[in-house]
Amino acid sequence: MEQTLGQFMQQQAPKLWQQTLTHTGLTCMSLLLSVLVALPLGIFIARKPKAAGVVLGIAGILQTIPSIALLGFLIPLLGIGAIPAITALFLYALLPVIRNTFTGITGVDPAITESAWGLGMNSWQVLTQVEIPLALPVILAGIRTAAVINVGVAMRRYIAAGGLGEFIFGGISLNNTHMILAGAIPAALLALAFDVVLSFVQKLSSHRLRKAAWIIPAILLLSSSAYVIPSSQQKMLAGFTPEFMGREDGYLGLTSVYKLDIPTVVISDAVMYKAAFEQKIDVISGYSTDGRLKAYDLVTLTDDKGIFPPYYAAPVVRVEVLKTYPEVEPTLNLLAGKINDSVMTELNYRVDYRKQLPEQVAREFLQSQGLLKNQETSREGKIRLGSKIFGEQYILVHMYKLLLEGYTPLSVELKTGLGGTKICFDALTHGEIDLYPEYTGTGLLTILKASTAQQKQLGPNRDRVYAFVQKEFQKKYQLQWLSPIGFNNAYALMMRRSQAQAFGIHTISDLSTYVSNHHLQP
Amino acid sequence: MIVAERLTKAFDGLKAVDNVSFEVKEGQTMILLGTSGCGKTTTLKMLNRLIESDSGRVWIQGKDIFSTKPEELRRNMGYVSQNNGLFPHLTVAENIAVVPGLLKWEKSKTRQRTESLLDQLNLPYRSYAHKYPDELSGGQKQRVALARALVSDPPLLLMDEPFGALDPLTRSAIHQEFRELPELQRKTVVMVTHDMAEAFELGDQIALMHQGTIRQLGTPEELMFRPASNFVKDFFQHQRYQLELKALKLKEIWPFLSDSQELITPTLQSEQSLWEAMEWLAEKKPAVVKNELTNSLKTLSLPILQTAYQQYKDQF
Ligand SMILES: Nc1ncnc2c1ncn2[C@@H]1O[C@H](COP(=O)(O)OP(=O)(O)OP(=O)(O)O)[C@@H](O)[C@H]1O
Ligand SMILES: [Mg+2]
Repeated sequence: MEQTLGQFMQQQAPKLWQQTLTHTGLTCMSLLLSVLVALPLGIFIARKPKAAGVVLGIAGILQTIPSIALLGFLIPLLGIGAIPAITALFLYALLPVIRNTFTGITGVDPAITESAWGLGMNSWQVLTQVEIPLALPVILAGIRTAAVINVGVAMRRYIAAGGLGEFIFGGISLNNTHMILAGAIPAALLALAFDVVLSFVQKLSSHRLRKAAWIIPAILLLSSSAYVIPSSQQKMLAGFTPEFMGREDGYLGLTSVYKLDIPTVVISDAVMYKAAFEQKIDVISGYSTDGRLKAYDLVTLTDDKGIFPPYYAAPVVRVEVLKTYPEVEPTLNLLAGKINDSVMTELNYRVDYRKQLPEQVAREFLQSQGLLKNQETSREGKIRLGSKIFGEQYILVHMYKLLLEGYTPLSVELKTGLGGTKICFDALTHGEIDLYPEYTGTGLLTILKASTAQQKQLGPNRDRVYAFVQKEFQKKYQLQWLSPIGFNNAYALMMRRSQAQAFGIHTISDLSTYVSNHHLQP
Repeated sequence: MIVAERLTKAFDGLKAVDNVSFEVKEGQTMILLGTSGCGKTTTLKMLNRLIESDSGRVWIQGKDIFSTKPEELRRNMGYVSQNNGLFPHLTVAENIAVVPGLLKWEKSKTRQRTESLLDQLNLPYRSYAHKYPDELSGGQKQRVALARALVSDPPLLLMDEPFGALDPLTRSAIHQEFRELPELQRKTVVMVTHDMAEAFELGDQIALMHQGTIRQLGTPEELMFRPASNFVKDFFQHQRYQLELKALKLKEIWPFLSDSQELITPTLQSEQSLWEAMEWLAEKKPAVVKNELTNSLKTLSLPILQTAYQQYKDQF
């Protein structure tokens, strides 16, 4: 039964509320900090115009750095979580506030400042009694710009800092429109609210503004407190991706089945492994065959209660294509059962970490298996292969390409980098591609949206899940699952090898026991 | 009261003020008069150190102005800048309270003083104290700027074209008020203007400046009737008649007037200008002038005035 958006939001209300608060707090705190820094800086350069070019230049450059790059730069310095996120937002908010403070103050009519000097004010009195009050509308306009920028930037997938972006990006990767909207609507309202409140204050006549101006720092300070930085010293800390957080076969299962009660931050997949390696976090939610597992010397914990459904990879092909080109199926099945978890991890490692080309890795693997064949014929017919946007998929489609070119006269076109599951799957059903590698777990949960009851019934059994998705895909979408390649890229909890050994943690139950024994409630 | 000696200031190598010296006695008004760009404002601002002179010295009440901090110096003299310089974000009362605030006066004292000043300036406290500058007319703003400069009762007042932004009618009305303001009677004033009539109406002394130097320093009468050079003579040429009437006081033409036979109360003082006498006569009122010094009375009419003025001029 389909849930309405309203029901979804109602169900998620506490979390939604929490994330909206976090989002507000994040924005306000960074805004407050940047006002604290930018205001004096703007005043300074208004007094020393020679420094203005340099300061405005630097702040301008900071603003052009994409947030993901900025975070990538900050995380090694500041770790993950609130601090780099606030720092990044803070840096983005600097420019508008500095610039407007500068223009506001230098824009005060010199005749007015001169008469202030003439009455016997000293430098500080001229600044506080005349220049700042008169520049206030312009300064506020700068703060308003900064606030709107910050609400927007805070929406991007933040590293363990929380905020509405978790809903939005979780929703995108889970192919869940309600979830996207549940994040996007409050975020848009929040941006609007900031803009309306600040523009209202800004439009007050300068006289009343002077009296109201103190309210701004007060509000900012108050709202900042909505964001309490998760403190996690000494205790173990988990970092999970936003999509993992929202799933029954993810965080929800960990808490309900394993009773795992561990302090948790939400973190982007892009930096999660590295953060674990750098001991910023201790437990992460990764994929079993991720190359970074090897790169960062992490181990997976056994899912002893079987909450993670199997994610066996297999090519999904349009039935129509199999009928037109019957030679496709046997060719692709040449790979069936050939790659186990550790082999796939190794291949991923070479692509993700050693930066070898997926094509080269695919070619060398097929060669080592004796499957590589070169065939020079005139090409007839065309087949289009799609892939999602990560290394493992690139490797797999390149293997398929080499096999198809070696064993059939078909010409092959690659359409790699089709984003997430939703984009790839839509491309396939709309006939824009003919096949792509998919995982049984994704098919079950993200595409078929199997109910909790169905999931329970299927359990972690590989064959039952495979049979289920195969049957359903045929029936619903006229898509055919070919034989699985062999590895199981399921979710797994991972820890640093050294730490897991030191604490004697091998299974998720071990972890749960360890955490409940060592984390005393305050 | 105020003595300036050989003040010089150059901007980018060009002398804006060159070797300017003058003295203003206690209670006197000195006008810096001259065409645009001749260095009036620069000279005035060197007196309160808004512009630091390159060389030269200034004493105010016998004290070298470079021996005190600029802020202290400025708090002891009123300053009305070109185009009033009121703070647009403060009310009339708050604008006036700025200097008392700097001097840490009690609130009640500031308020009392503000009320009495505003009343003197025809801006009843009740209706004007809480208005903002942009709610006032040009003349009202000017009066508030004056009140702000006068609030701490400084012995010296510096004003830079205080009436520059006003239309001629408002301007002459405010001149009248300005002269009659009890508050101002005791003050030493240095005022900048490029309006000759204003200079002659308000100044005890006029310093006529040109290209950074003072070409002549003297009373209005001296400038009109004993010009130091052809430059000074030419400067006033096209307004000569009007200016002469303003420069001349009735006492100067006393010998050319006939004694009054009627025993009526005098309506004019010998200290008043011919211009004022003419204004009076234009309303066809009987005019009898009293000379305070000699305690004598003279009768006045337009023809009499005309003849006496001609006779006076014929002396030169
Ligand atoms: N801060 C400055 N920098 C450079 N030149 C200046 C500066 N201030 C004044 N000057 C120059 O000095 C000369 C005298 O200027 P000042 O302001 O004293 O003239 P003014 O007599 O007050 O003129 P106005 O009647 O137009 O106000 C002018 O040529 C002006 O261009
Ligand atoms: Mg000037």
